[in-house]
Amino acid sequence: MNTTVYVPGDAGALSVGAGEVAAAIAAEGKRRSIKLNIVRNGSRGAYWLEPLVEVQTAQERCAYGPVRAADVPSLFAADFLKGGTHPLSLGLTDSIPWLRSQQRLTFERVGIIDPVSVPDYVKHGGYRGLERALQISGAEIVQAVTASGLRGRGGAAFPTGIKWKTVLDQSAPQKYVTCNADEGDSGTFSDRMLMEGDPLSLIEGMTIAGVAVGATQGYIYLRAEYPHAHAALKTAIAAAYQAHYLGADVAGSGKRFDLEVRLGAGAYICGEETSMLESLEGKRGEIRVRPPLPAIKGLFGQPTIVNNVVTLASVPWIFAHGAEAYANFGMGKSRGTLPIQLAGNIRRGGLVERAFGLTLRELLYDIGGGTATGRPIRALQIGGPLGAFVPPAHFDTVVDYEALAAVGAMLGHGGIVVFDDTVDMARMARYAMEFCAIESCGKCTPCRIGSTRGVEVIDRILAGIDGERNVRLLEELCETMVLGSLCGLGGMAPFPVQSALKHFREDFRARV
Amino acid sequence: MESLPSDQSAAVRRIVAQHKERPGPLLEVLHAIQASFGYVPEGAVPVVAEELNLSRAEVHGVVTFYHFFRRSRPGAHTVSLCQAEACQSMGAKALAEHAQKRLGIEFHQTTADGRFSLEPIYCLGNCACSPAALIDGRLYGRLTTEGFDALIAQGTPAA
Repeated sequence: MNTTVYVPGDAGALSVGAGEVAAAIAAEGKRRSIKLNIVRNGSRGAYWLEPLVEVQTAQERCAYGPVRAADVPSLFAADFLKGGTHPLSLGLTDSIPWLRSQQRLTFERVGIIDPVSVPDYVKHGGYRGLERALQISGAEIVQAVTASGLRGRGGAAFPTGIKWKTVLDQSAPQKYVTCNADEGDSGTFSDRMLMEGDPLSLIEGMTIAGVAVGATQGYIYLRAEYPHAHAALKTAIAAAYQAHYLGADVAGSGKRFDLEVRLGAGAYICGEETSMLESLEGKRGEIRVRPPLPAIKGLFGQPTIVNNVVTLASVPWIFAHGAEAYANFGMGKSRGTLPIQLAGNIRRGGLVERAFGLTLRELLYDIGGGTATGRPIRALQIGGPLGAFVPPAHFDTVVDYEALAAVGAMLGHGGIVVFDDTVDMARMARYAMEFCAIESCGKCTPCRIGSTRGVEVIDRILAGIDGERNVRLLEELCETMVLGSLCGLGGMAPFPVQSALKHFREDFRARV
Repeated sequence: MESLPSDQSAAVRRIVAQHKERPGPLLEVLHAIQASFGYVPEGAVPVVAEELNLSRAEVHGVVTFYHFFRRSRPGAHTVSLCQAEACQSMGAKALAEHAQKRLGIEFHQTTADGRFSLEPIYCLGNCACSPAALIDGRLYGRLTTEGFDALIAQGTPAA
């Protein structure tokens, strides 16, 4: 039998040479006349070990990493195909402490299976959730989602079951299920990893949503910056059609569900749900005034579910294992698990799926190992470019929606960007305003004009012009934007500025 | 406004015809035009508008709203450097300054010999391997100034 070798086809792994490693392994195998079955799996999420090569041995999968193409001949010489010892040996993959400490539910198959193979997906528990969902009524499906406690993982943390119920209760000629895959927050990549590493779980989740509320058409709105995810989704959707898990007769149920991917075009604002709907309709991504909610009047004016990738991809697990099993993870009102992304200046960065309830300190030091540069951590930004900066004094805060809100921060999509003590927080505050100015859709004045004025005021502070007066002006401007903007872009872009002023005020002094 | 040569305007019409029956087709059409021409020529706007029964202003408004749509021909190689926070925490600003000096251009510009266009990009989802760049559609992580120079010296980054 051919030996199976796993070399991730994940974009992050490819960015550090996984493609060259796969080619080198294929070439060396050929040279030695060894027949190999090379599977391009997703990433396990341990990015500091990428490219992470795994070999299927008689017992379990053995890991080696980070592997460079130049290491490949020595791996063969060390008999890595039988799990031989090499300086890059990491032992059994499942025993790597960083991975072993995790609770992978939504990501249970990512990095393990062949991402676009329906048989491999089914072999690893895929489509069991849909089968269960097809045996109960739409109302019962929605009830189970509510009971699981699942909240929107895109950032807003709205209870998913309530959203679905609103769509279920509408009567309309056409309903839609849309997936917001416009993962634009810096420091986040869980959607990308999932779409590349287990796209069928998203497809299954959307199918369950469609069956639940009576929607026959789904759209995945994917950002243009994710070409690898685009390719994986298109291949997986075609495979799901082929296997009759999509189309006119989903899994023999007589129910229809069609699905296609639509590409965005590099506008951060299209991650806002009403802006995303405008963009899906082929228009400028300007936000809509709510109400009406998308659940009542969404895509093309019809009732529409809008959920994030991780939210929808968590649904199959909930149905395969039961709503109660999911709700048993987590704490307080934050039930289940959260795929946290450790990013930026961090030694062991990557994807950490754990039940809610870990402290920031545990994440940063026990799991993340401190900064990549070896310097002290000075600040975190949690929840993307609209998230507050968090100082070390708050590192004992627990990661759940409410606990972070209590210290003036927000969890958002679960990305944590780490900065060492060389960071200039006034520059970061300026960047927050600059980013808002670049990405504002222009519909409301506080966001469109306020962000540009914000950059100018910070420039004056740094130039030493009327420092104190301009800091006060900046604080007032932030307040105006927070209170007066139509959506979260202008309404939250001041959060990093305000938190920088609050926790790192010493950085707002004149520069010469 | 410069109108397109007839063969190009026929090509645009063919692209529109492939997508016009789909709901909300304009973004799909513009993506296909950019994939074919390398950018969205000014002269394509009235053709698309006519074929989709939209006003020129509506099409122009969409083309100019989205950062991804280019309105001029790009260089032979497009270099996009991530400038978002995670990459900043690992030296993206310094890398960008180096790149601008090395290529002799600023962001949103193309070198005089037409070989390189330099663009900022806001998050490539590679935030645990910062700083990141996208060069001719290929993603790079943990990019150093030396690594950048080596890629540029190759002219065509390895596929």
